[in-house]
Amino acid sequence: MKNTLLSGLAGLVFGVGLLVAGMTRPDKVVAFLDVSGDWDPSLAFVMIGAIAVHFVAYRFVPKLGSPFLGGRFALPTRRDVDVRLLLGAALFGIGWGIGGYCPGPALVSVVNGTSDALVFFGGLVAGMLAFNVTERATAPAE
Amino acid sequence: MSSDFTPVSALLGGALIGLAASVMLLGAGRVAGISGIFGGLLAPRAGDVAWRLAFVGGLLAAGVGAALFVPSAFASDLVRPPLVLALAGVLVGYGTRLGNGCTSGHGVCGLSRLSPRSLASVLTFMLTGALAAVVTNHLLGGA
Repeated sequence: MKNTLLSGLAGLVFGVGLLVAGMTRPDKVVAFLDVSGDWDPSLAFVMIGAIAVHFVAYRFVPKLGSPFLGGRFALPTRRDVDVRLLLGAALFGIGWGIGGYCPGPALVSVVNGTSDALVFFGGLVAGMLAFNVTERATAPAE
Repeated sequence: MSSDFTPVSALLGGALIGLAASVMLLGAGRVAGISGIFGGLLAPRAGDVAWRLAFVGGLLAAGVGAALFVPSAFASDLVRPPLVLALAGVLVGYGTRLGNGCTSGHGVCGLSRLSPRSLASVLTFMLTGALAAVVTNHLLGGA
């Protein structure tokens, strides 16, 4: 229960952060990515602000030993760079550069009443479901 | 440089994002990677749903609040045909699942953790994102 409440609070703060940062404005996102035009470097400052805070938080992980609400830290441990990682990132970037939404802002914006946000979100869900299908099809038999 | 340069709100919003990710990390021991959190709801496993729903619910609540009180937070004059937008969404959905993360999981969390996988991911999606934005703006008109 505490985990659920904490996750809801974190989601809310995350969403407010995306809104304040301008990430829910696809024209601003594309103006950052399009370095050939009227370049808007603002989004680099979003990354700087987020990492400045979160980098410090990570320094407390070894000192704490376990999360405040109990259990264990469930953090990624892989360090290898493989084709799936790079291909996935490449496809994601293309979609982001065209549409101006990454997944967080797409979720925050789906309730904003515009058909653009709904259409993009529909595509996002379809893409994730398509991934589930191709994963199942290519997974080795158990 | 664009007249729409907003470094202060960008830094402040970024700090809030970092704070939210830190609450998830130090409180629950989890990475605040949004594509992974949301994707997990589309392939649900017993006992692993409530916290994901709560996080996504928080994001949606922020969106509803902004839609009601600060609609300018969604102001955009980017023009993309619906079919193009839908295809872009498919690429983002499929790509983030295949590559295990997006701007939050690899960008904010992974770079803060000094993960070489996340650095490779961020450099890749920034590069293809810039290429796609340049090409699409030249074809369809920019913001």
